Amino acid sequence: MSAPATIDFRSKVFRYGSFFFTGLTGAATYLILAILAVILVNVVLHGWPGLSWRFVSTIPKKDIFDPATTGILPMIVGTSIRVILMTNFVVPVGVITAVYLTEYAPNTSWLTQIIRAAVNNLAGVPSVVFGLFGLGFFINFVGKNLDWVLHNGQKAWGQPSLIWASLTLAVMTLPVVIVATEEALKAVPPGLREASLALGATKLETILKIVLPQALPGILTGGILAVSRAAGEVAPILFTGVAYYMSSLPTHLTDQFMDLGYHVFVLSTQSPNIDRTQPILYATVLVLLILTFALNIVAILIRSNMRRKMRSLH
Amino acid sequence: MGIQRGHQAHPVEWLAEKGIFLISLTAILMVFLIFAFVTREAVPLLLGQMNSAARQAVIPAADMDKTPPEQLRAYLGLTSDQFAAMDHDTKQLLMEAKVDAGKEASDDKDAAVNTTGWRYLFEPYQWTGYDRPAYIWQPVSTIKKYNLVPLIVGSIKATLVALLFAVPLSLGAAIYVSQLARPRVKEVIKPTIELLSGIPSVVVGFFALIVMATVLQRLLGYESRLNAFVAGIALGFAIIPVVFSIAEDSLTSVPRSYTQAALALGASRWQAAWQVVLPAAIPGVFAAVVLGFGRAMGETMIVLLASGNASILSWNLLDSARTITATIAAEMGEVVEGGAHYRILFLIGAMLFVVTFFSNMLAALVMDRLKKRLEGKT
Amino acid sequence: MPDISLPKIVPTEQKTGEPAGRQPLITVDQLSLYYGASKALKNISLSLGERVVTAFIGPSGCGKSTLLRCLNRMNDLIDNVRIEGAVKIGGHDIYSPEVDVIELRKRVGMVFQKSNPFPKSIFENVAYGLRLHGVKNKSTLETAVEESLRNAALWDEVKDRLHASALGLSGGQQQRLCIARAIAIKPEIILMDEPASALDPIATARVEELILELKKDFTIVIVTHNMQQAARISDYTAFFYIGELVEFDGTTKIFTNPARKQTEDYVTGRFG
Repeated sequence: MSAPATIDFRSKVFRYGSFFFTGLTGAATYLILAILAVILVNVVLHGWPGLSWRFVSTIPKKDIFDPATTGILPMIVGTSIRVILMTNFVVPVGVITAVYLTEYAPNTSWLTQIIRAAVNNLAGVPSVVFGLFGLGFFINFVGKNLDWVLHNGQKAWGQPSLIWASLTLAVMTLPVVIVATEEALKAVPPGLREASLALGATKLETILKIVLPQALPGILTGGILAVSRAAGEVAPILFTGVAYYMSSLPTHLTDQFMDLGYHVFVLSTQSPNIDRTQPILYATVLVLLILTFALNIVAILIRSNMRRKMRSLH
Repeated sequence: MGIQRGHQAHPVEWLAEKGIFLISLTAILMVFLIFAFVTREAVPLLLGQMNSAARQAVIPAADMDKTPPEQLRAYLGLTSDQFAAMDHDTKQLLMEAKVDAGKEASDDKDAAVNTTGWRYLFEPYQWTGYDRPAYIWQPVSTIKKYNLVPLIVGSIKATLVALLFAVPLSLGAAIYVSQLARPRVKEVIKPTIELLSGIPSVVVGFFALIVMATVLQRLLGYESRLNAFVAGIALGFAIIPVVFSIAEDSLTSVPRSYTQAALALGASRWQAAWQVVLPAAIPGVFAAVVLGFGRAMGETMIVLLASGNASILSWNLLDSARTITATIAAEMGEVVEGGAHYRILFLIGAMLFVVTFFSNMLAALVMDRLKKRLEGKT
Repeated sequence: MPDISLPKIVPTEQKTGEPAGRQPLITVDQLSLYYGASKALKNISLSLGERVVTAFIGPSGCGKSTLLRCLNRMNDLIDNVRIEGAVKIGGHDIYSPEVDVIELRKRVGMVFQKSNPFPKSIFENVAYGLRLHGVKNKSTLETAVEESLRNAALWDEVKDRLHASALGLSGGQQQRLCIARAIAIKPEIILMDEPASALDPIATARVEELILELKKDFTIVIVTHNMQQAARISDYTAFFYIGELVEFDGTTKIFTNPARKQTEDYVTGRFG
């Protein structure tokens, strides 16, 4: 009997195509990561020396470019307040809309398709158009009419202020909350809903007692992402409430406010002496970045934790 | 169809359901309101009711009281508050000043031109002092020029550069992460790239202005430090997360069975990715690019900081450029409410909204079809 | 007659046809169900007695689960479902417009194939239904929860960890927890949709023992694809095939002397 023919599986050809292609796409990936790293490192390196407790807790005098006396407290406060206000509007509306879409809406209905399309479209509207919307609708329409009704035409509400900026941002971040909440609601196993209904719970009771509590981490993620996004946006607040300089912190809904992102813009473009201003510019950027980044990372952590838990539940 | 439910027994439930339904109509309402109220401010312009001619018909000072208040206000170029606050005598003085100015008015042949006409918005015109017809955006000047073409070209230039830079990178990364990298690596890389979207656009713009512009100028030695090229690269940074995550999702949702079939036939991983998976995911990639386009066109702070903002018409990428978005952002603070300039800004805002609206619809349609196709097969 | 080896046949009095001397509790009258255009249940008529165990058997897709879900109107949750005919429980047509479906589900409980405890504590799981129906008093809840857990043969295993998460229990324990949760609100009828199919043999045996205990107080309808199980624990058996009721009779008769050949073929394993 002759020996069986051996089949040699060792590769005889160095697969150039494979190496090249994988190399190229891998390079693309790492290049993107490198860009991210460069930006971050640059900001941290130049911004860190400029950071100080005094810096973040001082209200600056008229000359906001003077490194010795300036501070960013009003900007931090302004950014925070407008974002917190926004959350109060966007989270309830967003969660309720997502609940409707997931739990109640008939899938085949054309109205449902339109709602989804509208959410999709809101997500794609340019931020400066939101600014125009805030000006054209909230300030010039709602505000003016409120003034007409409440103050007999005197200007109180019909001008740029915290409330309108926050509402504008709420409209802008609505899709973020809706999408995140929907994802969380869909992840709740349908068996839980069935069990609750079979025990004689109404649909609303089931949603309130079983589904929403389960979906809470996802809803939280959505809120955090909305906050992070809104904190960094400047274009929507340009015409709806941000001010170049305010000597005191905002206290009323009708007040204007200062803002971290806008301050970065001002320092970058209107400084009389860019070299002198550069350290505080970097420090401001760093503070803004810490704010938005920290929020983003928290949201991502919650989400991946949630996904891990979901996998073990099924 | 369907079983009748006994609502009478649970009125609170029924009411809550209706309330939930009404609130979820908010999204539709908002889209409608955005379009309506942005366009509302531009309507007088669209209807040809605005007259921005430098030399307007002068109203004799004596006729001040015969003039309707709104027309008087617009004639004097005041905002409603200023007009309301001003007393009769001051207005009279202004009227007389206007009569004097009219006498000294520019003999410029263009002074009588209503520069808000469609012809002037889009077509070239030879203004006084220019040796040939040109597209000029110069709203702050005796003769106000509102041609939109430089702005549109500026936006397109920056967007083009952004897409040329970001799409190959994002697509390459998406293929790598979705098809070629090990799962552990993928789990770290994907969220990290998406972290790039956590950097506010004003920070990207700042970075472009302060760091990138100088570096790129030293590297490539062109004249304008801030131009469409620099702005475009920075825009690219901003749209990479968008294009990457949609492309990656599309590639990942191609059924594994396709890849496995190819591998079982002896294809290498990259052959499977390139020849089987990518073609199947093309609609998703297309949608990603379209969304990237929309995002780049709509981005404001980056171009405001990094594009140089010179509203000249030039296809040269290395020239300073002005985009639609930067124009709105920079000039809205200076305009008189209700004036021609104000309305033009709203007009280009509305145009921008329409463009991004349609590109969004297109992307959504394509994604929907892709999803249906994949689901039909799965 | 072919040889049918069944491990254990419930020794009861010879039951044929209607339960002697007991009123039918559930009457299904010419019931048809449509998913869109396709007819999933075809003119089903049968009467189920009080405090007995009735089993629905038949091959996959025969409509037994669908019929079960009609009895507590869980099919309402599916789009595009249409019903013809009537289902009467205690004499009332449960599909009539005056019926409050929430009330109905309080009286007709359900246990599902895949156990679905809420991600709450063991105590809270059992108490959920009680709280839904207005029980707030702490000691009342505690007593009721203990009673249910005892009746579900779970008390001894969990009494020390009532406030631990229900998800930490084993599959069989979770299913018994779901049973405890269902019986806590004292329904008259318990519907069980393949309650043991996801469990190992030992857990299955415990659930079966439980069902035999429970039938003293509850009327039970159980869907099962396991014929031997049906033979072990049910008093009456209904055999379904592609949406139709083929035969309904006392369990012993169905398994030893079925009237229809189709039934015989199924219970002897000629098809399935």
